[in-house]
Amino acid sequence: MDAADLERVDEIIDRYRGQEGFLIQLLLDLQSELNWIPREVISHLSDKLRVPTSQIYRIASFYKVINLNPVGRHVIQVCMGTACQVRGAHKVLDFTASRLKIKPEETTSDLSFSLKKVNCLGCCSMGPVMTVDDHYHGSVTLEGAEKILKNLR
Amino acid sequence: MPRLTSVRDLQDMRRVLAEGGDPTGPGTPTIAVCAGTGCLALGARKVINAFKEELKRRGLSGDVPLKETGCPGFCEKGPIVVIYPEGVHYVKVSAEDVPKIIEETVIKKRLIDRLLYVDPVSGARGVHQEDIPFYKHQTRFLIDNNIKINPKGIADYIALGGYQALARALSSMTPQDVIEEVKRSRLRGRGGGGFPTGLKWEAARGAPGSPKYVIVNCDEGDPGAFMDRALMEGNPHSVLEGLLIGAYAIGAQEGFIYVRAEYPLAVENARASIIQAREHGLLGEGILGSGFNFDVNLHRGAGAFVSGESTALMNALEGKVGEPKPKYVHTSEVGLWNRPSLLNNVETWANIPLIINRGAEWFSSIGTERSKGTKIFSLVGKVNNTGLVEVPMGMTLREIIFDIGGGIPGGKQVKGVQTGGPSGGIIPEEHLGTPVDFDELTSLGSMMGSGSIIVLDEDTCAVDLARYFVDFLCDESCGKCVPCREGLRQMREILNEIVAGRGKEEDLKALREIAGLMKAASLCALGRTAANPVLSTLRHFEEEYLAHIRDQRCPALVCERLVSYFIRPERCIACGRCRENCPQGAISEGELTEEGRDPFMVIDQSRCSRCGICFHVCPSKVGAVVRVSERSSDPSFGTCDQEGFGR
Repeated sequence: MDAADLERVDEIIDRYRGQEGFLIQLLLDLQSELNWIPREVISHLSDKLRVPTSQIYRIASFYKVINLNPVGRHVIQVCMGTACQVRGAHKVLDFTASRLKIKPEETTSDLSFSLKKVNCLGCCSMGPVMTVDDHYHGSVTLEGAEKILKNLR
Repeated sequence: MPRLTSVRDLQDMRRVLAEGGDPTGPGTPTIAVCAGTGCLALGARKVINAFKEELKRRGLSGDVPLKETGCPGFCEKGPIVVIYPEGVHYVKVSAEDVPKIIEETVIKKRLIDRLLYVDPVSGARGVHQEDIPFYKHQTRFLIDNNIKINPKGIADYIALGGYQALARALSSMTPQDVIEEVKRSRLRGRGGGGFPTGLKWEAARGAPGSPKYVIVNCDEGDPGAFMDRALMEGNPHSVLEGLLIGAYAIGAQEGFIYVRAEYPLAVENARASIIQAREHGLLGEGILGSGFNFDVNLHRGAGAFVSGESTALMNALEGKVGEPKPKYVHTSEVGLWNRPSLLNNVETWANIPLIINRGAEWFSSIGTERSKGTKIFSLVGKVNNTGLVEVPMGMTLREIIFDIGGGIPGGKQVKGVQTGGPSGGIIPEEHLGTPVDFDELTSLGSMMGSGSIIVLDEDTCAVDLARYFVDFLCDESCGKCVPCREGLRQMREILNEIVAGRGKEEDLKALREIAGLMKAASLCALGRTAANPVLSTLRHFEEEYLAHIRDQRCPALVCERLVSYFIRPERCIACGRCRENCPQGAISEGELTEEGRDPFMVIDQSRCSRCGICFHVCPSKVGAVVRVSERSSDPSFGTCDQEGFGR
C-alpha cells in the first residue's frame, strides 16, 4: 500500500462522513476498489474512524464476502445451494478444485484463481451454477466446467 | 423528469403513458427480453445486443422498442422473449434467432414454430403465456408484471397502475384504515414465520418511541428460494410502494432495503428504483402533495445467512456483526437503534399494493382458511419445468410438481420434496396430496419458509441431504448460543459417521435428543429450526438411515464411502476421459487377456477415493462406469447387469 492507495481509501471513507452504522458498507466499497482488505487498510481505518482494530476485524471476519487475503484475478464461485446440490454441485466443486489444485476458499499461488463455495446465488432453476467473475454459467456439467476453466487459462 | 406533486399528477402521468405517448409503455409494439439473472446466465445479454443491432440495421430502432424486463419465472426455458402487442412467447432464444424473429414475427406477424414452447406430453405448441401449462395453472398477481416492465425505469410500473395504492392510501385512508385493511386481508409474513402482517403493523404503530423505521428484508438466504430476487430485480417499485404504504401506516419517515451481497442485479435495480422515486417526488418531503415525508436507504449485505433473521439484520444495518439478539421484546417495539421497527420480507411488501388496490375482501377470498392470498414458490431440483410459480395458497404439492412442473425428468420416481430451506424438512411422496399452506406443511414436520420447493428423485439420499443441511448450518450458525453451535457440530459428526457406514443404531436416538434440545434452547429461529431436516428425514425415511447403519448400504447410491465404482469392459471404449480426470490416478488400461479384445479401462479399487468423477465424465451414451452399493460387495464383471446398478 502506498500513499496513493491510502488516499483512495480516504476518499471512500469520506463518502460516509456524518452517517451512522456504515462500517460494513465501507468495507464493501473498499473491497470493490482493492479486491481485498489488506491489514494496513484495517489499521488505517481504525486510526481514521477511531474504532478498535479488533472491532473491525470482528466484522470483516464474520462476513463471507469480505476477503482478508488477496484474491486471484479470476474468482470462481460454485453455488452449493440445495437445488444445485441435488443436481450434483459438489461434484462440480470437487472437480474444479482438483483441476485448479487448490481447496475451496483458496487462491492459486500465482494469484490467477480463487475458488469459493457460495450458499445460493438464486439461479436455482439452472443448477448447478458456477460463476466466473461476473459471468453466470448454468446447468454446469463436469465437461462444461472443464471448458469454462480452459477458456480462462 | 416530471416531479409528481399531487395524486392528479400521478394520474396524468399514467394516462399519458398508457396512451402510448411513451415508447416504453407496455401497450405499444415491443420486444421484451427477460434480463433477470437466470436468463442472463443463459445468454440473454447476447440476445439483447443482437436485437439492438438488428433493429438498427433495419432502421427500426425508433419504432419497435426493445425492453429489458424482469424475470417471468420460467428460467428453465430461458432466454425468454415476448413480442407485444400479440404476446408471442418464445423460449430458448439465441442471438442467431434474432434476425428471423424481427423479419417474421415483428414485421410479418408470423410465428416461428421452432421457438415456441412444446409441451413434452401432448406435443402441443404454446403461443402465448396462457397456452403454456407452466403458466396456465398459476395465478399470477405478484410476478405477472415482471415481463412487461423495464425494472430500470419507473414509467412501465406507473403505466400499469403503479403507485395507485399509495395515492389511495395517502388521499383517502388514515394510517389506521390502512392497518385495518391489512389486518382484514389476513396476509401472513412471506419470509418464513407466517406471522400475521397486520398485527405486526399495529404493534409497530402503537409502540412508543420515535423515529420509527420500516425495513425490507431481501436477505433471501434459503438456498433454493429466489422469488425475492426476482421481485427485487424485476419489479422493485412494487416493493417500494408497499414499503411507502407501510411507512405511512406506522408513522415512519425512514426506511431501509437490505439486499444480500449475492444478488448484484437486485442491488442495482433497487438502487435505481430509489433514485427514480426520489426524482418523481415519490420519496422525499410531502409525497404526492400530502404531509407524508419518507426516504429510503439501500444496505448491501456481506454474506451471512443468519443476518436474514430480523434482529440480526437490524444489527447488520447498524454496521455491526449480523448476529441475532434475544427477542424478549418484539422488534416492532425495540428494533433498529432500539426504535420501533417494522421489518417485512420482499414478497410481503409486494402484496401490500394489491391489498390496498383490490381490497381485503378480494385478497382473503384467495387461499385457504388460515393462509390467504397467493404465494410464489421456487420449483427447483429434479423437475422438468423449474422456475418461479405463483399459486393460491392451498394448491397441492402434486399439482405444483406435475401440472405446473411437468413431472420428473428422465422418467424417474419422485421421492419427495424439500420445503422451507434449511429450517424446513422433507416431505415424502405419499404426502404430495397435501395442500400447501403455512399450517399443513408445519404439521408434516416441514415448513413453508420462504417458499422453496426442491423436488427430489430416487437419486437423492435422505441421510446425505440431512447431512448437507446440517453442514450448511454449521457453516452459517453465528456461534453465539451453545445449543445451536454445539448441537449442529455433534449432529454433523454423527451424520458423517452414518454416511461413512460407521453409524450405530443408538445414533438415531442421540440425533433426536440433540434435536429436541436445540429446538427448546436455541436463541433464534435459525437454531430452533436447524434440526428440522434431520427430524423430518428420521420421521419419513428412517429405513434409509437403517440401511446405512445396518447394511452399510446407500440405497440412492449417493454416499461416497458406501458406493463402489466399476467399469464394464464390454461397454468401455477406452477413450481415457476417466483416467484423465481421476484425481487419484486409480484408473489404468486393463490387461488384454484375450486376443482381439478391444481395450478398456479398469479402476484400482485400493486407490479409488469414490469421488465419482469417472461416473460423471464417462460419456452418457457409453455409460461404462457403474456404481454399486452392496454390503461387502465384490461384484465381478459378470454380475454387472444385475439390479442395484445406478445409471
